[in-house]
Amino acid sequence: MTHVVVDPVSRIEGHLRIEAEVEGGAVTQAWSSSTMFRGIELILEGRDPRDAWAFTQRICGVCTTVHAIASIRAVEHAIGATPPPNARILRNLVMAAQNVHDHVIHFYHLQALDWVDIVSALKGDPAKTATLAQSISDWPLSSKTYFSDIQKRVQAFVERGKLGIFANAYWGHPAYKLPPEANLMALAHYLEALDWQRRFVKIHAILGGKNPHLQSFLVGGMATPVDPDEQASLNFDTISELRKLIADGRDFVTRVYVPDVLAVASFYREWFEIGAGVPNFMSYGDYPMDDGPQPALYIPAGIIHNQDLTQIAPVDQEKIDEYVTHSWYDYSVGDDKGLNPFHGETRPNYTGPKPPFKRLYTDQKYSWLKSPRYDGAPMQVGPLARMLVAYAKGQPRVKQLVDGALAQLGAQPSALFSTLGRIAARALEAQVLVESMSTWVDALAEQMTRRDYRIQDTSHWDPGTWPKEGFGAGFHEAPRGSLGHWVHIRDRRIAKYQCVVPSTWNAGPRDAKGQPGPYEASLEGTPVAKPDQPLEILRTVHSFDPCMACGVHVVDANRRELARVRVT
Amino acid sequence: MHARAAFGVSTGFYVFRAEIPTRSLAGEQNPPTEGASMAQSRLMTELARQGVSRREFLSFCAGMATLLGMPKAASAAIAKAVEADDRPIMVWLEFQDCAGNTESFLRSGHPTVADLILDTISLNYHETLMVAAGFQAEGALEDTVSKNKGNYIALVEGSIPGDIESGYCTVGGRSALDIAREVCGNAMATVAVGTCATFGGIPAARPNPTGALSVADAAPGVRNLINMSACPANAENITALLVYYLTTKQWPPLDQYRRPLFAYGKTIHDGCERRAHFDSGQFVEQWGDEAHRHGACLYHMGCKGPATSQNCPNVQWNGHTNWPVGCGHPCIGCAEPNFWDTMTPFYERLPNIATVNASEWLDKVGLGLTGAVAAGVVAHGIAEVTRYRRGHPPPSAHNAVDKGGEQGSERPQAGDKK
Repeated sequence: MTHVVVDPVSRIEGHLRIEAEVEGGAVTQAWSSSTMFRGIELILEGRDPRDAWAFTQRICGVCTTVHAIASIRAVEHAIGATPPPNARILRNLVMAAQNVHDHVIHFYHLQALDWVDIVSALKGDPAKTATLAQSISDWPLSSKTYFSDIQKRVQAFVERGKLGIFANAYWGHPAYKLPPEANLMALAHYLEALDWQRRFVKIHAILGGKNPHLQSFLVGGMATPVDPDEQASLNFDTISELRKLIADGRDFVTRVYVPDVLAVASFYREWFEIGAGVPNFMSYGDYPMDDGPQPALYIPAGIIHNQDLTQIAPVDQEKIDEYVTHSWYDYSVGDDKGLNPFHGETRPNYTGPKPPFKRLYTDQKYSWLKSPRYDGAPMQVGPLARMLVAYAKGQPRVKQLVDGALAQLGAQPSALFSTLGRIAARALEAQVLVESMSTWVDALAEQMTRRDYRIQDTSHWDPGTWPKEGFGAGFHEAPRGSLGHWVHIRDRRIAKYQCVVPSTWNAGPRDAKGQPGPYEASLEGTPVAKPDQPLEILRTVHSFDPCMACGVHVVDANRRELARVRVT
Repeated sequence: MHARAAFGVSTGFYVFRAEIPTRSLAGEQNPPTEGASMAQSRLMTELARQGVSRREFLSFCAGMATLLGMPKAASAAIAKAVEADDRPIMVWLEFQDCAGNTESFLRSGHPTVADLILDTISLNYHETLMVAAGFQAEGALEDTVSKNKGNYIALVEGSIPGDIESGYCTVGGRSALDIAREVCGNAMATVAVGTCATFGGIPAARPNPTGALSVADAAPGVRNLINMSACPANAENITALLVYYLTTKQWPPLDQYRRPLFAYGKTIHDGCERRAHFDSGQFVEQWGDEAHRHGACLYHMGCKGPATSQNCPNVQWNGHTNWPVGCGHPCIGCAEPNFWDTMTPFYERLPNIATVNASEWLDKVGLGLTGAVAAGVVAHGIAEVTRYRRGHPPPSAHNAVDKGGEQGSERPQAGDKK
């Protein structure tokens, strides 16, 4: 038996450590540990709730909008504010742009090089690469000359001897199976995507002033004025700019990202049977389509148990509990108990080995992440969960895209429960969302036409209008999955704040019953050809798109008010 | 190499005054022409492939020179440096961070990050971008440090917990403090990227639960520390700093917080496109009101531009697309020390500032506030570190909030000001 440690897991956000036992060429047990802690919820206590979004936003600079969205929703819930239609539409655009942008970066810059061997790309024949590229897409950058130029550029880079971020990788590993031409095509798209993401993110700059860390969020609305007759507002010039940027984004997703994912998947079909892991899935649902108290959601909510797509249960936040049995925190009620976020408490207490260390105490506490559970069960969250729930609920566009992709790959829906399934679902979701963005721009244009200037619920801006005490929960489907913020406001200040985030759901450690979290469960059975080069472990872990800084949080241990939960 | 000179009359703070070599200035008198041997370079070939002509390239260099506040003629020297083959080695460390500065770096437009990592620098370690993981990744870092002692540039993102045994941040089983001291201690220069690395940032905001420190406090005495504050630091400023160094082989003059003057030498307020509205007394009073839609001044909504030094209004963000005030939201002061404590509540206006035709007064107040913020930071930092090292628990948030600062908790709420 070999004990494998991967730390740092690179090409992710934050600090993740994986330890695994490998026996007979496969992982038998794995432990996922987050090794960084900041304490942002504690920092929030006593502050103006209207500022909270900016603080929580800094939980993550990669999914840079998601904690702002969840925060303003939680505070709005607590104080009774209602964002006007313009704000709803602007938020939908911001959220969708975030998801699309994030998914593309994740595939090309954080995930692809687990499947694509750059050194092999140097051996690819540019003419054959052009043929391959043209056979899967009509994307114009696909000529022999183009691929030849890319190859020469990278060849020159390699010859200069300083490999930079490409040094010390597992190039030549037997698990790399793409032909050199497919590697060369993917390498070209790696570089193109670097350029594309810079353009696409201008949508965020227009709607949020800058990216990362957009700055147009407001409790009760958005700060971007809407007025077709003003230069300093979103007007029809911005509408046409947004349309152009979205068209550009849609073009890349449809003609490069999705075809690439399907092409790469076709060479690695065995990975449709690896990495299934936890069989339960959750989506809070998102993208409200109207302004009523219970709006229809473009991406639906639901719970899937045991991979059963015939029964989708509704989500009830009261069934969410967090455990700290294997996390570096203490509970006053005992570490074997779970606590709902409204009743949550956290006292950080590092009991791991003293740094520098070689091994964590995996039989004791071993992570800064807690273990969230739904009705006692671990849940997978993220694009796969959302696409599965939407597919099972018959969301028409999702159904069409998923069926199309499965037909192209000659696979059954059960293939989605896998490492490749998570990667494919992410690409299909990018397609669904980038398409929907056009409809929201049209809706914004309609709002302008009818001269609806409202961007914020001004009646609830003054803290004097708030109840003396309020509880709120805000939910959002972030790129990596279901995100919830819980806030307790008292005397115009934050009394308590808590986040339960996607990477806590996916990357958390074992719970009181010893049930592994989704990363850990997915790794069990993952093949490992060379334990000193655990490429396959990276494939499965990266398929979740880890975002560790998001996962770690803390609330004050001393306040445990019982809350009556109101969830929108 | 770097001449030290006292800066300012009253402050007595030190700055690095980089002297642009006379030779490179002289060289600018005769910028290279088409057909010069330089044009053969790989970069030019690559640029040509991308449809960028030599003229456009030189125009980019001239733009860079302007951004850096250098004489326009310096562009030839920049062109030469960017094309040179001996790419400087860099390592990018991430500690208590959100990767926002990394993401910002990815958005860099001129040059783009692809050009940077393939042609301009040798980025030997960057957890978010590098392909290698685990001990192969750590091997890349160890190699770089041991083989290039004193010859590489360390960029740091995120704050650093002050206590090794706290377990609050480890990478490869080592504490952040250990890694930072070793890697920055052996670097030719260290660039703290973003407000967390620069000033402690959000982890160090009250009550600083993890005893988070800035690079300056965690690794005292590192050579050539440059602070690129802001949340996140603007990609174009990071790039400009690198180009500055590549061109002059020196580091730029810095302000009292060790921030380059080319990016932090003026307040937001001074460069703001809405300044005329401030001077005329035209203010936004409610989100979405006529003044807001018309682009009036956001000072009444809490704008911290008068107390914040950065070049956002000029450089803007994401390829000069927009900036926070441009999209209708007040500046939150993210480039300033301890802004999470001193600039909050974000939606309350800066105190004691006369607003109509009193810009001169405002400048003085702004300057005074910056000074007060600085003093507050030092005091706060020392108090936190001392408390932390003594093993005392951090103060409760309630007690810590607004302890006697300019923006005390007793200040009227937003609703009362009307």
